[in-house]
Amino acid sequence: MTGFERFAESFFNPTLIGRYWPEIVSGMLITVEIALAVVATGIMLGFGLACVRSYRVLPLNAFIVVFVDVFRALPPLVLILILYFGLPNIGLNLSAFTVLWLVLSLVLAAFAEEILWAGILSVRKGQWDAARSTGLGFGQTLVSVILPQAVRLAIPPLTNRTIAITKNTALGSVIGVSEVIYQAQSAVSFSGNATPLMMAAIGYLLIFAPVVALGSFIERRFAWRRA
Amino acid sequence: MELLRQQFFNIDVMVQAWPLILRGLGMTALLCLAVIPLGLLGGLAVAVASLSRSRLLRWTAKGFIDLFRALPPLVVLILLYSGLPFAGLRLTPFAAVCLAFLLNSSCFYGEIYRAGIESVGRGQWEAARSTGLSAAQTFTSVILPQAVRNVVPDLVSNTVEVVKLTSIASVVSFTEMLYAADMARSVTFNTSPIVLAAAIYLVILWPAVRLMSRFEHRVAA
Amino acid sequence: MQLSVAQGAGAVRVSPILQVRGLTKRFGPLEVLKGIDFAVAPQELVFVIGPSGSGKSTLLRCCNRLEDADSGSILLDGVELMDPKCDLNAMRRRIGMVFQSFNLYPHLTVLGNVTLAMRKVLGKSRREADEIGLAALDRVGLADKAAAYPAALSGGQQQRVAIARALCLNPKVMLFDEPTSALDPELVGSVLAVMRDLREAGMTMVVVSHEMRFAREAADRIVFMEAGCIVEEGPPEQIFSAPANARTRAFVAEIAR
Repeated sequence: MTGFERFAESFFNPTLIGRYWPEIVSGMLITVEIALAVVATGIMLGFGLACVRSYRVLPLNAFIVVFVDVFRALPPLVLILILYFGLPNIGLNLSAFTVLWLVLSLVLAAFAEEILWAGILSVRKGQWDAARSTGLGFGQTLVSVILPQAVRLAIPPLTNRTIAITKNTALGSVIGVSEVIYQAQSAVSFSGNATPLMMAAIGYLLIFAPVVALGSFIERRFAWRRA
Repeated sequence: MELLRQQFFNIDVMVQAWPLILRGLGMTALLCLAVIPLGLLGGLAVAVASLSRSRLLRWTAKGFIDLFRALPPLVVLILLYSGLPFAGLRLTPFAAVCLAFLLNSSCFYGEIYRAGIESVGRGQWEAARSTGLSAAQTFTSVILPQAVRNVVPDLVSNTVEVVKLTSIASVVSFTEMLYAADMARSVTFNTSPIVLAAAIYLVILWPAVRLMSRFEHRVAA
Repeated sequence: MQLSVAQGAGAVRVSPILQVRGLTKRFGPLEVLKGIDFAVAPQELVFVIGPSGSGKSTLLRCCNRLEDADSGSILLDGVELMDPKCDLNAMRRRIGMVFQSFNLYPHLTVLGNVTLAMRKVLGKSRREADEIGLAALDRVGLADKAAAYPAALSGGQQQRVAIARALCLNPKVMLFDEPTSALDPELVGSVLAVMRDLREAGMTMVVVSHEMRFAREAADRIVFMEAGCIVEEGPPEQIFSAPANARTRAFVAEIAR
């Protein structure tokens, strides 16, 4: 066996590809599922918090700032372990899937709140004055005048952050969520061969490369705004 | 409520786990000292390559960036740690973590530097070259200092992410803080050690996070 | 409760549409308005002049409570705006306001800018709002720009759109806060022309501005403010040619140069 054949044998073994592709694909589906759930809840919650914050109710804002700071400062894996191993001890049994979804959603919400809030603050005060002087209420001004401008500023950083956080779905493997890398690792230990790992890498690329490309496109499209 | 305190904020357990966690914290610090400079330097190389005149270098850099933006860092780490032995290359956990971080954070730091370099006006190049500075001199003493200054907030923010990310080293049994805390958890059947580790992360990273908010929230007139 | 409102010449004899009494406002230690009494009759054009920092803009911004005064009373058409139970949004659309920096919404077209409040506040259908909006744009000579975005317009055009935006809510009184200060000199004329048209159509207007030529020819009454107080008021001839107060005289002499 030449060196190349040995390499191909251990990393791109056709038999093993044939045997394990259903597992890898089911792992990919789970990854996509969690990622979509995280994006939906995280961004919605983050935007909701930013809107609440703009009403500037002191105790609420203090709560939001603490929430955002904590979830920006803590590694998601730490939060995942605390919830997954801690909650059953106080009688709360959440599935690994739920814990992963919850933690990543909260982390994304914290970052999304911060990014949108920065966007809201960067809209000039005159916009509020103009809208309020025509009789628009606070909420109407926020929705019709301020948010459209704030979201526009928020989209490029938010896209990047969203990609980075949804990639953390791989952390689910640590608590046994059967997403791609988890499937691959168990396949590796059964087969004693690295092929499933390469399949997993390709699986992630298939999922996230288009998202990254979309992100770059969005960033270029909105670049003029920052000039 | 009492149950919550006992399971999450148990002082006795925390005291017991403290020496272990402290040693873990030391390892986390060591890891940061290794991977942050690696990322900063690797990122600079990536940025220079992605702005180079050579098409080959540009496309290589772009491929590198796109690849590692799409791959989760944990996956990169597992590929290196569990995959490379099949090619006859067995890395220690520390080496695997360093290599994974070099690959992953170079790409993010690289994008930041690139934005910074692009933000320095063309006129600076022309002015420096017209005074007889070489391209390399112009880059290191005129362009780079301005570029870095323009992107300090992004560099800080990415460094916070890198520090947080060192926690995934626990997955390949590198005995950093989270690994130590999780070990203490599995021995004591109590979550307090991880809560203690979380508190330490918070103490270290909270000032940086506050600083970032300060950068981001510049109110428009 | 019809009181005699203004002192001296040019006092309002018909019942005022906007009446401010004892208005005070402080920013921290700084007393910006020290008990302003001020009234505007229907169809009157009142010009507020004075050195910068005298409180002119703050007075204007207090009149529709963009700035909250500390004490005093603001009656618009007999309704007390300082009353906590007052429906502020309903009152505000009867007070048009035009800003120094235009403050058009950059994400909306010109027509979108003009019709937003009609649709959101008055609940008009898009078609009805568009019709009224186009009429208002026509009045400021910009009907052909309805589909453009503000960024594509000159400063003068943007300010005329801002006037149309206020106009189409059919306000009882319009407040102009230095409407031409941010404009290049050659664009000022078009905005003043629109304001002149409004005046001829009988709009009640309060204008804070440094356009003294315009003040002299178009204003019914000039109010001179300094350091948070109204120092003197009267018809333009009096204020510009024979001011009674020494400080008014000094200010007028300064700007005449």
